Amino acid sequence: MLDLLIILIKIIALTFCVVLPLVPVSVFFERRFCAIIQDRVGPNRVGIPLTLFGFKKDCSILGIGGLVQPVADGIKLFLKEDFTPKHVRKAFYWLAPALTVAPALITACVIPFGSDISLFGYTEKLVIANIDIGPLFIFSVASLTVYGIAIAGWASNSKFPFLGGIRSTAQMISYEIALGLSIIPVLLYFGELNLSTIVQQQAEHGWLLLPLWGHDATHTLVSKLLFWFPAVVSFLIFTISIFAETNRMPFDLPECETELVGGYHTEYSSMKFAMFFMGEYAAMVIGSALIVTIFLGGWSLGFGTDVWISQLRIGDFGYGGFIHLAIFLAKVVAFILFFILVRWTIPRFRYDQLMKLGWVIFFEAALINVFLAALIVAAPDLTAAITAIGAVLLIIVTATIIWVARVSEVKPPILRA
Amino acid sequence: MSDTPSATLEMKQPKDLAAAIGMVNVQINGVWHQFRKGTRMIEACRQVGVAVPHYCYHPKLTPSGNCRMCLVQIGTPPRPAPGQEPQRDALGYEPIIWSPRAVIACANTVSENMGICTTSELVESCQAGVMEFLLINHPLDCPICDQAGECRLQENSIGHGRGVSRFADMKVKKPKNVAIGPRVRLDDERCIMCSRCIRFMDEVAGDPVLGFTQRGTHTTLTVYPGRLLDSNYSLNTVDLCPVGALTASDFRFQMRVWFLKETPSIDVNCGTGTNITLWTRENTIHRITPRRNNDVNSDWMPDSHRLNFHHIDGATRLTEPLAKAGTQHRPATWSEALQIIAPQLKAIAPEQTAIIGSGRMTNEELLLTRLLASKLGTPHLALVPRFAEPDGLLIAADRNPNTTGAKLVLATEDPYAGLDAIRSAVRSGEISALIVFGEDLITDAGFTAADLAKPTYLLQTHLLANPTATAAHLVLPAAAFSEKRGSMVNLSGRLQRLNPATSKPGQARDDWQILADLILAITGETCGFSQIEDVFSELAATIPAFSGLSLENISSVGIPVIDTGYQIPLLVTERARIAAGIVNG
Amino acid sequence: MAVVKLQRPKLAPGEQIYLTALLKGFFLTMTHAVKSLLGKSMGAKELASSGLGVTMQYPEQTWDSHLPEYYRGAPALVTDEQGRERCVSCQLCEFICPPKAIRIVPGEIPSDDPWAKVEKRPAEFDIDMIRCIYCGMCEEVCPEQAIFLRKDYVITGLSRKEMVHHKDKLYQIGGIRTGLVNKWNELK
Repeated sequence: MLDLLIILIKIIALTFCVVLPLVPVSVFFERRFCAIIQDRVGPNRVGIPLTLFGFKKDCSILGIGGLVQPVADGIKLFLKEDFTPKHVRKAFYWLAPALTVAPALITACVIPFGSDISLFGYTEKLVIANIDIGPLFIFSVASLTVYGIAIAGWASNSKFPFLGGIRSTAQMISYEIALGLSIIPVLLYFGELNLSTIVQQQAEHGWLLLPLWGHDATHTLVSKLLFWFPAVVSFLIFTISIFAETNRMPFDLPECETELVGGYHTEYSSMKFAMFFMGEYAAMVIGSALIVTIFLGGWSLGFGTDVWISQLRIGDFGYGGFIHLAIFLAKVVAFILFFILVRWTIPRFRYDQLMKLGWVIFFEAALINVFLAALIVAAPDLTAAITAIGAVLLIIVTATIIWVARVSEVKPPILRA
Repeated sequence: MSDTPSATLEMKQPKDLAAAIGMVNVQINGVWHQFRKGTRMIEACRQVGVAVPHYCYHPKLTPSGNCRMCLVQIGTPPRPAPGQEPQRDALGYEPIIWSPRAVIACANTVSENMGICTTSELVESCQAGVMEFLLINHPLDCPICDQAGECRLQENSIGHGRGVSRFADMKVKKPKNVAIGPRVRLDDERCIMCSRCIRFMDEVAGDPVLGFTQRGTHTTLTVYPGRLLDSNYSLNTVDLCPVGALTASDFRFQMRVWFLKETPSIDVNCGTGTNITLWTRENTIHRITPRRNNDVNSDWMPDSHRLNFHHIDGATRLTEPLAKAGTQHRPATWSEALQIIAPQLKAIAPEQTAIIGSGRMTNEELLLTRLLASKLGTPHLALVPRFAEPDGLLIAADRNPNTTGAKLVLATEDPYAGLDAIRSAVRSGEISALIVFGEDLITDAGFTAADLAKPTYLLQTHLLANPTATAAHLVLPAAAFSEKRGSMVNLSGRLQRLNPATSKPGQARDDWQILADLILAITGETCGFSQIEDVFSELAATIPAFSGLSLENISSVGIPVIDTGYQIPLLVTERARIAAGIVNG
Repeated sequence: MAVVKLQRPKLAPGEQIYLTALLKGFFLTMTHAVKSLLGKSMGAKELASSGLGVTMQYPEQTWDSHLPEYYRGAPALVTDEQGRERCVSCQLCEFICPPKAIRIVPGEIPSDDPWAKVEKRPAEFDIDMIRCIYCGMCEEVCPEQAIFLRKDYVITGLSRKEMVHHKDKLYQIGGIRTGLVNKWNELK
């Protein structure tokens, strides 16, 4: 009974008080940041309209105007006419927005938001479901998002949304392969599928991309630095694939305005449109959280400080977990800002470039990376000769793949101007 | 030599046949044409599509040649020395020796082997000079001038003027905004002394009250002392005036002409069926002008007919069906109104029902009226006559526009004959249901209010509130002549078409639709007409005079369908003047 | 030669990977963002920036003092030095107006008026400011120099009715305009 209550509290607290608020926050950051990049100001006025209730002045939160803008946007979208065109397939049309938001929020349940919290002798991990198949669960649930988009495109019964849906489906399938393959080296390295444990290991022995502390017999500096190379490749492929999975720039071809009006959500209005919008940003938040968790040490502050933080307590109350939560959120927000920076820097890919990147480059690179990581992870247990043979074989395979990719490439035609 | 093949060929050229049929060969701007001998040069140019700018010339008036705008350069063949054979070019024309000075094209006639040039440098500089002189004393108050937009002075100034005046002195002051007649205002400063108005009043209207006084730049147009320009044709001088000197008091400052849409139609104020243009903007008629039809009204129309349109959007216009409740009328919807009619009319015996139509109805409406009478089974059907003194020009004695059409459609010699019988029957109480279309019985048909109180049922369709409507049990709002399509036959037997220029106000409906709905409400079956064209097709099928015609095929000048022998007096005079060579026509 | 043959530029191995270009791009964007934050964006000074980007904070700061002479704001009617309505309701502006925003009802000047010789003036002159596109055609076409586009740009109202400027309002905005051609004053 108490367990159920604790789970319920964790669901409500972590999903609705941590992940969901991050959506409007990232929307606000997106708008302000892009405004600044474009020499504009962005939303800087909206505060709490106290004058409506008879006060003399409106109030702005933390003295920053515009923070309430996402709330105002939400109210606006909520109050807009919810228009359902006559030609749509009603049931699926209504189902699609929910199918986009829900998976993004469900994936939040395996993300470790912080270390343990102890109160009245109980110790609880700051993760909703501490299951042993974390990344697999995330991939399986996150890939459901594409159903939302594909159904939205099909149910709208109109050509541009349909094209958007098709593009999205193709894109998701292509990049899910690279996504899945790219994370295998990491799992090999940790020998774990439980995200909490992965983060714990990183806290103790250095982040995957910053392995500079906590060396011991099983985790020598050399082995960690050797693994750093496949880890970076994994990180790049994983991050870029996450961009593609969340339909963010430069891979937002499913909603490519110049070609497809609004893409799969062209026929949607009011709150149903807002759900797609929310789904996209929730996916971005979860994507950032996942990257932070796997590659950037999750809630860990690093450099051996985490043990000390975990032990902080006032009387019976061990609050170290909350500090870790704050660190985790800071990292996630920083990565969201990176998402935004990418969006406003890199132009949209052409669809064939997108496909080529996914299938020809990332797929092969991730595959080779798996073998490379395996070789590095296994090297201490193998004889030098076998290791050398493995390395040579790997180089030959890599060279062959690069050669095949180059030869099979169509020569760019001569442009006429 | 004349019997050589080449000479025979030469003789067969059309140019040589001209003289035999009273034609002359004339070269206009380098192209040879043939014209009837005696044609004025300006008219010859017009016939071949060469525009010659002019102010004072008008084909229906004697040429006066005082505006000097129509200057052209002419040339004639050289006079051969005695015994010398005239030179001829390959086509057989003699060479043209061009005159070094320009002549006016309106007062000179064409002659054999003549050359006319309207585009030479000489002509252009002469015209620019004339324009400059004409504008010396012109006030250039185009922004307030009603003529702006249809002003010859503006048009020719653009086309042939020099753009800038070299005149530095004071302009001559003359009377402005003078009411020279009840309907016409004169601005003497704008006048260019073309004398069109003077000639019109003298030659066509037969009331020579206008004339010039003073001399030179001080020449002033005035009316004869003690007289006014009060002829019933005075507004034609406004149409004639090429500038803004004469303007209509009725149209003064009402609307700029460039906003107005032109709809060709016909006048319904008398049997002549004058061809008119309705000038409208956004559902409002702003003025009516005559439209040229040399078989009906020439270029003119009487003022009384021209100004008879203000009632159409006046305050007394009926805009919704009115049903009598007690002593008062109350507004009703059409379906309601028709539901009231049908049972009441059906309850009354056919021989106790009478229909009074109007000579102002179109052929289509008359056909439906006849159909209604036959469906009701009543023998009592008559139109209201409207006769008055003719004016000897355009206004006919018969002031109904479609008497001829009524004779044809109702197949009777006198469509007005039954009215007296109906009136006495109403008086004696024999008629208990009276249906009146578009007529006010008390004012126009000799009925009294006491008479109209007798029938148990009185239905009237009309444009305006009127005494008969007060007595009527049901009043239905109908369409004015400018709001409907239909055909009429004028006194000389010419079938002409009315065209809608404005839409009907409020719930008012087309008369033929009211009739069709009445037939439907009373008999329970439609008469099978979905549009007015169908009604005319029925006319064409049943009436021999209309056979083979359709409503859309009636041209803008109408089609003569029967010969009534009626002569429009103004046309008789005009044809005589043309025959005498006084005017071109 | 109408046809120019272009070869795609040869990329160096580093450029082919594309990552360096991405990093350069991020750096460029961030530099721009920092400049924008510090109010040092290009053109910030000329555009009277509020200190963030090049944007002006509208209700607090206005562009009024920067408006060029040729600025086209609300159209208005003007009177001359003698207080005469310059408009003679020739309706050319009504005719030329592309969105048909102008509506004039012409009227006659009574004979006891000191300017009776002008004969004509507008009885009603309405400009629907919802329709007006500030193109300035009316000013261009006016033969009497009676209508001008002023610098007023804050045209607001709570209903469509309020957004119609009647004659009084138009003269109120326009005021007196001196130094124009006064053709009705001379002996013409």
